[in-house]
Amino acid sequence: MPTAYTPGLTIAADTVVRKERLLPIRGEVLVAQGQLVDADAPIARAMRPGNLTSVKVSERLGIDPSELPSALLKSEGDAVEAGEVIAQTRSFFGLFHSACEAPVKGVIEHISPLSGYVAIREEPVPLETVAHISGRVARIIEGSGAVIETRAALVQGIFGVGGERRGVLRVGARGPDEPFDPALAGEDARGAILVGGASADGPSLAAAARAGAAGMIVGGIADIDLRAFVGYDIGVAVTGQEAVPFTLIMTEGFGRVPMARATFELLASLAGKSASIDGATQIRAGVIRPEVIVPLGDTKPGAAPPRRALDAAGQLAVGAQVRLIREPYFGRLAVVTGLPAEPQQIETEARVRVAEVELGDGRKVLVPRANIEMVHGQAPE
Amino acid sequence: MLCPYPDRDRHSVNTILATDCGSTTTKAILIRRREDHWRLIARGEAPTTVEAPFDDVTVGVLNAASELEELTGGSFVHDGGLKIGDNGEGAGLYVSTSSAGGGLQMLVTGVVKTMTAESAQRAALGAGAIVIDVLAVDDGREDHEKIERIRSLRPDMILVSGGTEGGTISHLLDAAEILRAAAPKPRLGRGFQLPVIYAGNTDARQAFADILGGAAKLTFVENLRPTLEHENLEPAREAIHQLFLEHVMAQAPGYDKLLEWTSAPVMATPAAVGEMVKLAAAAGNLNVLAVDIGGATTDVFSVFDGQFTRTVSANLGMSYSISNVLAESGLAGIARWIPFAVDEADLRNRLRNKMIRPTTVPQTIDDLLIEQAVAREALRLAFAQHRQLAVGLKGVQRRRTVGEAFSQETSGEGLVDMMRLNLVIGSGGVLSHAPRREQAALMMIDAFQPEGITELAVDSIFMMPQLGVLAQIMPEAAHEVFRRDCLIPVGTVIAPVGKVKRGGAAIWVSGERGEVEVKSGELKVVALGVGQQMQITVRPARALDVGAGSGKPLTATIRGGVVGVIVDARGRPLEIPVVERAETLRRWLRDAGADPVVPRAAGET
Repeated sequence: MPTAYTPGLTIAADTVVRKERLLPIRGEVLVAQGQLVDADAPIARAMRPGNLTSVKVSERLGIDPSELPSALLKSEGDAVEAGEVIAQTRSFFGLFHSACEAPVKGVIEHISPLSGYVAIREEPVPLETVAHISGRVARIIEGSGAVIETRAALVQGIFGVGGERRGVLRVGARGPDEPFDPALAGEDARGAILVGGASADGPSLAAAARAGAAGMIVGGIADIDLRAFVGYDIGVAVTGQEAVPFTLIMTEGFGRVPMARATFELLASLAGKSASIDGATQIRAGVIRPEVIVPLGDTKPGAAPPRRALDAAGQLAVGAQVRLIREPYFGRLAVVTGLPAEPQQIETEARVRVAEVELGDGRKVLVPRANIEMVHGQAPE
Repeated sequence: MLCPYPDRDRHSVNTILATDCGSTTTKAILIRRREDHWRLIARGEAPTTVEAPFDDVTVGVLNAASELEELTGGSFVHDGGLKIGDNGEGAGLYVSTSSAGGGLQMLVTGVVKTMTAESAQRAALGAGAIVIDVLAVDDGREDHEKIERIRSLRPDMILVSGGTEGGTISHLLDAAEILRAAAPKPRLGRGFQLPVIYAGNTDARQAFADILGGAAKLTFVENLRPTLEHENLEPAREAIHQLFLEHVMAQAPGYDKLLEWTSAPVMATPAAVGEMVKLAAAAGNLNVLAVDIGGATTDVFSVFDGQFTRTVSANLGMSYSISNVLAESGLAGIARWIPFAVDEADLRNRLRNKMIRPTTVPQTIDDLLIEQAVAREALRLAFAQHRQLAVGLKGVQRRRTVGEAFSQETSGEGLVDMMRLNLVIGSGGVLSHAPRREQAALMMIDAFQPEGITELAVDSIFMMPQLGVLAQIMPEAAHEVFRRDCLIPVGTVIAPVGKVKRGGAAIWVSGERGEVEVKSGELKVVALGVGQQMQITVRPARALDVGAGSGKPLTATIRGGVVGVIVDARGRPLEIPVVERAETLRRWLRDAGADPVVPRAAGET
């Protein structure tokens, strides 16, 4: 019997968040264990070796690769400027000559009389990684970065676009089932992370962009509006690098879907606090969900353990509160009232493991267990 | 190549546990010997655990094995490991395939795009890899663009080809310079050297190595295109298999433990499926087309006249990649297969919601029909990509048969000939788990449009990967289970090529039970059960061809299946009418017994 999935997203009012902040290559760590850091604080820095630019000098000069050494004006290790002549040939008693210039500034790293190439290493490029969340340095990862730990509220979304942004949370909807209203965010929207409700349409997204918002969190977005926002159809579900005016995080799914009440109320209760968000999503081979982290400020070493953590992933049991994540009940909340052991035939004629659930209107329906997502702290609608 | 399990040990094995560690799910099957026959006993599955928080593939393997314990009452898990060894309990043998963590991702390079680069692509695909890019001298990109591209990709392995024996050296040295400049980093395993397989002109080996220096772990194999007229892919494939095990697998979390448990080397999932497809073709001397449509990728395999080709469409699938099917086909491409009016915004949202929650299943009939419409497009697109690569060698001057005329054209003719295709095998969730086999049959017919007389089969529960790896050491067990429990014969489709006026008589099929006439634009199913055979004569209308020429009758022996004989007179190529589209699609579904709204006739299975 296949194991039914009961996936869930974390919604935690007060938990301990640990983030590994690593350089892509080895470098210098700039912080010490136990140190308190702001979200913008640099954690580690490295100098990425410059690109290696290969120039096929022999071809440019019209000579055989083996003749390259005699034509070169530079040696390995020499610095060159962009446009500087690095090799030349003379012919017909020196009357004609052809020259090859360095296309970039750098240092000659390699000369190959086999291929006729000269490789120029460009100047190193500085790389820096910042804390992203304010907190305490819990652990140093030698030569790479550090783990930052903080007490925070944590909300995982289901899908997002855009990368890491930070800003103050502002509520821009009258409730979890109401759409985002640009007027509610007002002039405070600049640099802010706006909490919408059920959805935001194209004009609302444009208004938030014009107002200079850093991010938006909503229940759902119609795919047509997302396409307009990003500028193209997202094909593969790997996001986070889009060139979008602000980071957009959906908590429920595509379409107009009310934000889970617990999520909305938690975010609304944190209005005015600084939040760190990331829209990066990856649904294949290593799930990454977009997230909203709101540090709670108590970051002293040895701070009290979290008061309450609502990790939504858990066992499916009678009495569990669930969200239905497929038609015909997409987005509805329900309570599990039965878990028949044997597979049952559903409308499509497929035989699958099912759960009996009670909807908010009191109706009891059977749904495939695969179409259920666990939620906590929320009554059926 | 791998060796069969020693006879002495093979005869003592009575229970075999086999897993396929997929990117989402780890599927376990249990096979037992019963009165000298090998049969499938049970199948279990559990989420794959390559990623955090587990970071250990064996957790998922143990969970899937635990499910087999629950289903069979057997005992396969003990003390955090598998019980291997036939001492009364446990499994006598354990084998596994893997595509977890995105499978084997390769970059290939060649000199000419349609020659050595294409041969290298075929070698990598045949070894079970996903080819993430193909670089060639004439691919239209500048060197710096290629370097940027290599840096941005993080392949598991690189295959370098180019130059026939005695041919170009300089282009290979250019490739070495590009690789050296890009300094590619492997996807898995910080600090380990990226394997690069050199399968180009042997004259350039030493210079290539000198330029590349210590930037990668270099392995030399025989030239995969020693002459323009000849491909020699096997040494490169062998090296890919070997390096996959020694380097890529060894870097993946938990695989060191998994490799200790297995009784044979772990195979890349598509390579194992390919073995079974080759087996099916060889066993019946057939031309075979097989497809495995997954959530992320769709693999297509073909064997024509013994020549095996595998392609993978890395971004065509039914869940993770469903939105890419939308992006490639466009909404109209998908909507044309849906037998009711659709709202664009609603359809887009439904497909996106499947992408973000990939494990959900259709609960309503509309949702089922939408998914099956997407499947038709994903299969159609993947098959089109396959046909582009399943071709003869390009750049070869061929002697024509008629009049021995010498053609100056380059070849590269397609190997896939639908009229000569004998068998289509469908695998993957949307086909294996379709509520009605008729639906699976119609999806395959619509997507591939077989011509003439073609048998259809589906992989009952998607176990071709496990059987493929098992076939490396216990071929008789793998073959027997493949034949008895894996392949479900769906039936035979008879489809004339060409067009006649819609509504006019198109084809007559006569056999011992009488004659059936099917009009143009219609399809009809005739019962012929599993294991039954019948000699038939097919007479097409004058403008139509079923394999003997226009209007010429054909006599053949056909086999039945769970659906029967499907006489498809809708025409080739299949055209979906614009007017009355929904009604026509609904009628085709109903006539094929695939419409979930229409109950099955009594006695149907």
